[in-house]
Amino acid sequence: MTAATGALRASRRKPGFIAAMLHRLSGVALAIFLPMHFIALGTALGGADRLESFLLLTHNPVARFAEWGLVSALALHMALGLRVLAIEFAAVRERTAVTVSLACAAGMAVGLLFLMSGA
Amino acid sequence: MSAAATAARADADGQLTVRVWRGAEHGGFQTFQVARRANQTILDVVTEIQREQDATLAYRYACRVGMCGSCAMVVNGRPRWTCRTRVARAEEGGQITLEPMRNMPVVKDLAVDMESFFEKWRDAKGFFEPGETPANDFAVVRPDSPERAQADAGVECINCGVCYSACDVVSWNPEYLGPAALNRAWTLVNDVRDRGQDARLDAVSGDAGCHSCHSHMSCTEFCPKALAPTYAIAGLKRVTARRVWKRGS
Repeated sequence: MTAATGALRASRRKPGFIAAMLHRLSGVALAIFLPMHFIALGTALGGADRLESFLLLTHNPVARFAEWGLVSALALHMALGLRVLAIEFAAVRERTAVTVSLACAAGMAVGLLFLMSGA
Repeated sequence: MSAAATAARADADGQLTVRVWRGAEHGGFQTFQVARRANQTILDVVTEIQREQDATLAYRYACRVGMCGSCAMVVNGRPRWTCRTRVARAEEGGQITLEPMRNMPVVKDLAVDMESFFEKWRDAKGFFEPGETPANDFAVVRPDSPERAQADAGVECINCGVCYSACDVVSWNPEYLGPAALNRAWTLVNDVRDRGQDARLDAVSGDAGCHSCHSHMSCTEFCPKALAPTYAIAGLKRVTARRVWKRGS
């Protein structure tokens, strides 16, 4: 591995690449979450008690932390997706560092609102 | 002493430690010491090594003034045109690491085989297609027309390969046409005289075409001519998507 081929080579330490990676990783996180979400909803088919007992599991701190992460990831994924749509279909010429920072800030802001709402 | 003269003198002091890739796909770095000089470019450094220290060093250049697109290399991890990159701007603590461009086979040392890069210009129909019969009259192209503005924005490409070297999608899918070829195709899509648009849009909308671009913006970040292939590729995405929509297939 050399300076030109390493995973974190200098040519990749740029906002556009970081945005693409965040977009992809948040997308993967959401894709992993969705089946679990459907399983949770599916427990309702077995009656309200089964759903309630499953929902009790979500009160533990680890699940709460994961929830916050997912909400942030969803917001980040949406903001970065809007950026790509703006570039590709609205022909917007962006200042990458600014728009990527704004997208990350939007993701964090939604995460904070989620925490503050006490949901 | 003026500030410029002071800077020039400071530039002229000391030595540079230059690590140069030697070999082809497999090889290693060889370290050279080169005197710092005022206004020295990276190409000056490579040429000094080749002429004064090791005549077997292979690299490529022609014009030395940023027109021919021959001298691109990876300098401290970033693809650059070396003839117009000053040492003062690229060195990091007196160190310079020089590698051949990525995404192309290395011939020897710092010289790469650019054949695949140029083949993709052809594959993307990156050439003017006048049609079966010559036009009867001159086409009138207003300089302020949107098409002309789009073509102008991308037409100054010098084929240096910096964008192709920086592109992650080319690394992941060697078939991907790459930013330069797609940028060229976009300038031609905006050429009202061209009669080969259907074939061109087919060529750029395949698996290895414009829709593979992930908008990492590396081409746009590193283009030494400050072109923006990402936006040219986005234009191709719009035109090809609209075409599918119109066709209904």
